[in-house]
Amino acid sequence: MKSKIKRSKEDLTFDIINYTVLTLILVIVAYPLYFIVIASISDPDAVNNGLVWLLPVDITVEGYKRIFQDVRIWTGYKNTFLYTIVGTFINITLTMMIAYPLSRKDFSGRRFLMIFLLITMYFNGGLIPTYLVVKNLHLNDNWWVMVILGAVSVYNVIIARTFLQNTIPEELYEAASIDGCSHFLFFIKMVLPLSKAIIAVLTLYYGIGHWNEFMRALIYLRDEKLYPLQIILRSILVQNMSQDPMMGDVEDAVEMARIGELIKYGVIIVASVPVLLLYPLLQKYFVQGVMIGSVKG
Amino acid sequence: MKKETCYMQSIQTTKRRKTFSSLKKVKRKNPFLKSLKKDYQLYLLALPAIIYFILFHYWPMYGVQIAFKDFIAVKGITGSPWVGFKHFERFFKSFQFWRLMKNTIGVSLYQLIAGFPIPIIMALLLNQTKNKRFKKTVQTVTYAPHFISVVVLTGMLYIFLSPRNGIINQFLSLFGIDSIFFLGDPKYFKSVFVWSGVWQNAGWGSIIYLAALSGINPELYEAAKVDGATKLRTIWHIDIPGIMPTAVILLIMNVGKIMNVGFQKAYLLQNSLNVESSEIIATYIYKIGLLQSQYSYSTAIGLFNTVINIILLVSVNKISKIVSDTSLW
Repeated sequence: MKSKIKRSKEDLTFDIINYTVLTLILVIVAYPLYFIVIASISDPDAVNNGLVWLLPVDITVEGYKRIFQDVRIWTGYKNTFLYTIVGTFINITLTMMIAYPLSRKDFSGRRFLMIFLLITMYFNGGLIPTYLVVKNLHLNDNWWVMVILGAVSVYNVIIARTFLQNTIPEELYEAASIDGCSHFLFFIKMVLPLSKAIIAVLTLYYGIGHWNEFMRALIYLRDEKLYPLQIILRSILVQNMSQDPMMGDVEDAVEMARIGELIKYGVIIVASVPVLLLYPLLQKYFVQGVMIGSVKG
Repeated sequence: MKKETCYMQSIQTTKRRKTFSSLKKVKRKNPFLKSLKKDYQLYLLALPAIIYFILFHYWPMYGVQIAFKDFIAVKGITGSPWVGFKHFERFFKSFQFWRLMKNTIGVSLYQLIAGFPIPIIMALLLNQTKNKRFKKTVQTVTYAPHFISVVVLTGMLYIFLSPRNGIINQFLSLFGIDSIFFLGDPKYFKSVFVWSGVWQNAGWGSIIYLAALSGINPELYEAAKVDGATKLRTIWHIDIPGIMPTAVILLIMNVGKIMNVGFQKAYLLQNSLNVESSEIIATYIYKIGLLQSQYSYSTAIGLFNTVINIILLVSVNKISKIVSDTSLW
C-alpha cells in the first residue's frame, strides 16, 4: 500500500514534468513560426521596437502588396511550380518502375541492382565531376537540369520496394501470368493501383524536395528567367536585396529599411504557404513514409 | 477482382507459345543470358532508372580521376596529364586544411551530441503522454519545421538574430545583456547552426523512435505495473532497451556522415565576418571548384572527404557489430 502511494506520487511528479517539458518544446517550436505570421501584417516600427509579441499591431498588408507586385516573385513561383510538377512526375515514374522489379524475389538481377544502387548512397563523384557531366550533356543553365538531376533517390526506392514486397503477394503475378499477363501489364493494371498509399508518400517527399531545392539552381542556373523561388528568396532574405518593383517608389532610406523588414516576413509566408497548407492534411502520409523506411531490410 | 483486367484471351495463347519456344532455344546458353531473357521485362522497367544512375552517378565517379590529374578542359578528363597525389599534398599542406577539419568535425560532433539525444527524449516523453489530443498537437507542430526550406530557415535566423531589432536580442536586453551579433561573430556560428537544426528536425527525428516504442510488447508494461514500477523505471527498463537497436543504427549512420555537414545552410549562414568558423569542407569545395575553377584541386578535396566518410562508416559498423550485435550490414 505504501509503495503504491509512493509510486503514484512519483508518477504524478513525472507527469507534471513531462507535460511542462513538452509544452515548453511546443512553444519553442511554434512561436517563431507564429511570430513571422503576426509580424508580416504588423506595422514594422512596432515590430522593431519589440511591441509585437502575441498579437499583430496596427495591421497592414503593405508588405504583401509589394511582394505581389514583384515580377521576380511571380517568375520564381511559376518556375518552382513547374519544376515541382514535372520533376515529381519523373521521380514517381522512375522510382516505381525500378522498385517493382526489385520487389520481386524471383527477379534474377535483384541482388546486383540493389548493390548498384546502394553504392551511390555512400560514394559519389562529388561536385565538380557531376558538374562536368552536366556540362557535357548540355544541361547547364537548362530548364531540364532542375527536373532530371536527382530523378531517383535510392532511399525512396527502398521505401517503395519494401512497400511493394509487403502489399503485393508473389502469387498474384503468378496467377496473372498464367492468364497471359505480362510484367508490363501487371505493373500498370495491378501494381500501380495497389500502390496509391506509397505513391502519395513519394509525391510528398519528392514534391517538397523540389519546392525547397536551392543548391542545384545555385550551381547550374545563370539565367534569371529560370530561377526558382528559393534563389529569389535568398536574394531578399539573406542578401538583403529587396529590389525595384518592391521599392521603386520609396526614396527615403529609413522608409526603405522599414518596408524591407516587412517584406521579409511576408516573403517567408508566401514561400512556405503551399507546403504548410498541405502539411496538416497529409501528415499521415509523411509519417507513414518514415515508418515504412524504418523497417527496411 | 482486378485480375480480370489482365485477362486478355487474345494475347494469352500467343504469349504462352512464345514463352515456351524461347525457353527451348535458351536452354543451352549461359545462365546470365537465360535470366536476361526470362526477366527482360523487369530489366526494361528498371532501365530508365539504371540509365539515370549511370549518367549522373557512375559517370561522375569515372570523372573522379581528375583528382589525380591536372584537368585541362580542352583535353578532357581522359586526356589530361596524370600528376599523382599532387593535389592531395597541396591540400594537406595548405593553411586551410586544419581550419576546415576543425570546423567541419566541430560542427558535426556538436550536432551529433546535441541533436542525437533530443529526439529520443522527445519520443520517450510523448510515449508517456496519455492525453491523445495534446500528444497529437505536439507532434503536428514539432514535425512542421522539417518542411521549411533551408533558405527560409536562414532568413528567419537573420531576422531573429539581428543585433539591431531581432527578438532574441530584444529578449536578452530584458535581462540587461548587451546586444550580440550572433551571425557576425565566429564564436557563435556553431551554436546557431546546430540549435537551429535541432529546432527544425528534432520533432521529425522522434517519429522513428515512436515507431520503435509502439512495437514493444505490451505484456512487458503489464508486468512492470504488477511489479509496482514507476513510470521512470518503466522508461529505464523497458522503453530504452526497446529503442536501443534503432538508436544504434541511426548512430552508425550519423557517424558515417560526420564529414558531411550540410552545404546549403553553412553556405547561406556564411559571411565575411564569421567565415573563420563557418568555412567547412563543403563550402570550400564549392568555392575552389566553381568560383575559382580549380577543378582538380576541388575534386581531390571532395574525394578525401568521401574516403574519410567510408572509413568512418565501416569502422563504426564493425565496432557496433562487436559491442552490440547491431549493424548496418
